[in-house]
Amino acid sequence: MIIRKMLFASVAIACVAGPVSALADTSGKKIALSNNYAGNSWRQAMLTSWDKITKEAVSKKIVAAADPFTTAENQATEQAAQIQNMILQGYDAIVINAASPTALNGAVKEACNAGITVVSFDGIVTEPCAWRIAVDFKAMGESQVEYLAKKLPKGGNLLEIRGLAGVSVDDEIHAGIQAGVRKNPQFKVVGAVNGDWAQDVAQRAVAGILPSLPEITAVVTQGGDGYGAAQAFAAANRPTPTIVMGNREDELVWWKQQKDKNGYETMSVSIAPGVSTLAFWVAQQILDGKQVKKDLVVPFLRIDQGNLETNLAGTQKGGVANVEYSLEDAQKVISAAK
Amino acid sequence: MRISTGTIRLVIPAASLALLLAAVFYMQPRAMSYTGLNLLFNLAVPIALATVAQMLIMAVNDLDLSMGAFVSFCACVTATFLQASPAIGVLIFLGAIAAYAVIGVVIHVRELPSIVVTLGMSFVWGGLAVLMLPSPGGEAPGWARWLMTSRPPFVPMAIVASIVIALVTHFVIMRSSVGVLIRGVGGNVRSVERAGWSVIRIRAGTYALAGFFAVLSGIALVGLTTSADANIALRYTLLSIAGVILGGGEFVGGKVSPIGAVIGALTLTLAGSFLSFMRIPPDWQIGAQGAILIVVLGLRLLLNRLEKREKSR
Repeated sequence: MIIRKMLFASVAIACVAGPVSALADTSGKKIALSNNYAGNSWRQAMLTSWDKITKEAVSKKIVAAADPFTTAENQATEQAAQIQNMILQGYDAIVINAASPTALNGAVKEACNAGITVVSFDGIVTEPCAWRIAVDFKAMGESQVEYLAKKLPKGGNLLEIRGLAGVSVDDEIHAGIQAGVRKNPQFKVVGAVNGDWAQDVAQRAVAGILPSLPEITAVVTQGGDGYGAAQAFAAANRPTPTIVMGNREDELVWWKQQKDKNGYETMSVSIAPGVSTLAFWVAQQILDGKQVKKDLVVPFLRIDQGNLETNLAGTQKGGVANVEYSLEDAQKVISAAK
Repeated sequence: MRISTGTIRLVIPAASLALLLAAVFYMQPRAMSYTGLNLLFNLAVPIALATVAQMLIMAVNDLDLSMGAFVSFCACVTATFLQASPAIGVLIFLGAIAAYAVIGVVIHVRELPSIVVTLGMSFVWGGLAVLMLPSPGGEAPGWARWLMTSRPPFVPMAIVASIVIALVTHFVIMRSSVGVLIRGVGGNVRSVERAGWSVIRIRAGTYALAGFFAVLSGIALVGLTTSADANIALRYTLLSIAGVILGGGEFVGGKVSPIGAVIGALTLTLAGSFLSFMRIPPDWQIGAQGAILIVVLGLRLLLNRLEKREKSR
């Protein structure tokens, strides 16, 4: 009899205490990652970062679960079904790297209606009820020209290597470079090619246009194309201009070799795949009840002459320079948006 | 009491759907609700419509490899023209349905393999879709959105829509004289011809009807997603063929089952959710989906053999 009373009492205490402690933190919350594609080094690094940071968060009981899901065929309808399944599975927040900025809006709306926090990053969604962590690609393009203006005050001819035609990221970086050139009229873009963010394509394209170009002082790029451009210049026996890099491992290795050989100077800029972890922490903060603005901007990762070695040491072979974000970084990004 | 072979044909797909549904409910009790069922099945509605379209083509012994591209094209038209200026949108759809009829005529007159013609057409539809929507976007017409997100009492929209599609097509294909002719062309062209019917007209009509259902599929899809892109429904080609086969249809012989086709589409959608609930890694998911298909088809083969044995007795 006494035992039974004690049992009742402890159950009652648990019932009262349970909800109170759950309100104060997010330890009972479950977060899911809906990812549309895993077929390149950037996405692989993104998933690895997610795994590393969220496992730690789960073991520290900051959240109850943080499961990654990737669709098999990179199709919007498939990802929409995946998101609807997550609603049924009872996740409290869904972090999305979307296959399409608009085609998931129906599923995202369903999730919002079910009271689920939706945070999109990299491939963002336009549905107003979701949070967006976007990269300021325009500023990324502009920063390249600003760096060159400081390094080469006299200016000169620029060669622009663009990305994949028709993709919004390519347009935005290009617009940034144009804006930078307008502000620094000593520079002039004398040629542009599409490098598709791939070294081999960039090398072929640059080699094709080089014979028709005057002397090039610098090359502005979009990432994944700097090494190919350098190879093309070397093959044509032309002096190597200042080539802005894009944080890929092969680019950084080449830069390091040149730096050791003849003090070559440049900079490197791209987004870190670890942005997935930033999205994770932002979702956690929203679940925690923090007021977060719907549109956040993620800082891009820049490597300069001084910190080249440390960044190169932390980059996997064939990978991309990466940073993983902490809770404090996320809080900084959130407060910066206010 | 003897059960007709048609009923047996329906029993296996229905049983596999029920089995999968039970497994999903067991794993995820939350799905056992109005909202849950709607979330599980609402994306199956456009697939069911595409499957019915594919079934019509298969009823006349052809195969449409452009189904996914055509539904994508229709989705793009819905999100752009049908939304901005409905009259032009309807005209484009009428034109597309007429194009389907022409494809049917060409295949019949030139005796071309339908696989080759429709494969070629898939690039045409894909190109037109990219021309209309070079980057993802557009907006769903308000009425399509309203229809697909409506909440009828007691039974979720997805279930109501599936039942309506199944019943309407069942009536058209299995109960009406037009349906008999369509299946007749698949079963025995010569006897239909000898009976004085114009096979070329029947084939053109069948293709046009298939085009009509594919148009509905595109509209339903945009009603769910709120916008379109040129690649939105590429998976539908294979899904629709698999749905017909799962639902008890055959590649040749005019043996099709509209109710089965809708059940097949639902089963395929549910299989995807089931695998996702099972936490099967994505690399294995396509394979697992294939395995489910093979198991169901294996059951079918077994049944066919039993059927034959019974007949020969």
